[in-house]
Amino acid sequence: MNDKLTNPELAQIEITGMTRSSFLVRSALAAGAVYGTATVTPFVSRALAQGGDVDILNFALTLEYLEEAYYDMGLKSLSLSSEIKALATEIRDNESAHVDALTEAIKGTGGKPVQAPGVDFGKAFADESAFLKLAQTFEDTGVSAYNGAGPAISSPEVLAAAGSIVQVEARHAALIRLANGETPAPDQFDMELGMSEVLKAVKPFVRG
Amino acid sequence: MTDNTPPSGAVAELRDDAASRKSFLRLAGTGAAGSLALLIAACGSDDSTTSGTTPGGSESPPEASPSGQGAAGESAAGDLEILNYALTLEYLEADFYAQVIDSGLVKDKMLVELAKAFGETEQAHVDALKMTIESLGGTAVEAPKTKFGPVLDKGLKTVLETAATVENLGAAAYLGQAGRIESKEILAAALSIHSVEARHAAALNQLVGRGFAAGSPLEGSVPDGPFAAPMDMDAVLKAVKPFLA
Repeated sequence: MNDKLTNPELAQIEITGMTRSSFLVRSALAAGAVYGTATVTPFVSRALAQGGDVDILNFALTLEYLEEAYYDMGLKSLSLSSEIKALATEIRDNESAHVDALTEAIKGTGGKPVQAPGVDFGKAFADESAFLKLAQTFEDTGVSAYNGAGPAISSPEVLAAAGSIVQVEARHAALIRLANGETPAPDQFDMELGMSEVLKAVKPFVRG
Repeated sequence: MTDNTPPSGAVAELRDDAASRKSFLRLAGTGAAGSLALLIAACGSDDSTTSGTTPGGSESPPEASPSGQGAAGESAAGDLEILNYALTLEYLEADFYAQVIDSGLVKDKMLVELAKAFGETEQAHVDALKMTIESLGGTAVEAPKTKFGPVLDKGLKTVLETAATVENLGAAAYLGQAGRIESKEILAAALSIHSVEARHAAALNQLVGRGFAAGSPLEGSVPDGPFAAPMDMDAVLKAVKPFLA
């Protein structure tokens, strides 16, 4: 899989004698291999072993909240050209629908949806060009985040939903890139990002 | 302007990390593919390259392997079938871009560059899929005989619209298979291609002026709204039939 997601040392640990508890331990270690060792404390490991998809869905929900807020604030604080306004509106509406769908999916699997994060987008709303530039970062990051998380999803339904959403994120990315005068598809194979890398990338924009 | 530019740090840095976007090449190397190839060889994969097998269609999915080693062999055979299906579509796209460029119909410098870049990308997908199929012990399908003459004869507008539609089709085709892929490594690689097809599709549909959604399922830069619709093999093969000789 993605060598940025996996932690080979953990993934290769073999546990023999599969009692129920050792099975849970191994699942938690496998989850650790995906999420990064630091996140696997004894307290979270059980949750990860049992509900990895909920964590991924909540991770995706956080990103979608961030994107939704970004376009919404951009639309409210900037006087955008008509073409960019139409694009930002379409994307904002798509991200809102993603937020709603992910929230429902999390509730449907018995999980608890995370709250919308507080945001601070710095000088991104200084003008249209600054707005589009950070939008490109968000969309490209979103694509890589979903692509990176996809293989860790266990439910076929959740995977189908994530696939359906990431395709739309990729379309947003291409349209924003065109608006920026940049190549719509910079890589022949879109890169994957692990959760910790994505969180690092979006951290400057999250408050509280 | 640079003063106002927000930080894009981590992602921009990672963009330059060539290793991170080579899922297929890694896959086709030793590691996971090696062990998968062994598994498939053990289960007998000679009959696993069936083309045109459709989910829920007239032909049934590959049965358990002759050696009867069960689910692992079946799922590996299923993945090979999906890889060959994807390969066929990528062959078709790569050939189309090559013919469009050869035709000289595209004059605009930006469009020529775009067509070349997209064509090279489709060719890279072809190469990666072939390598992966072979490293898994399967047999890669031959490139299909194509028939793009009628499209080319109609001129630039039709050519670009066809490219836009075919890219939407490609994205929908990959999405339709995502849930059927057994191997996590192959899934990761397929996802990394799927979103590139989606980028191509959005860009071309935008450039031909179709808007976000144009009424028809395969027309528009975001044709299905917030949730992209998948297409199964039957529907995709039917849609590409006019382009097959």
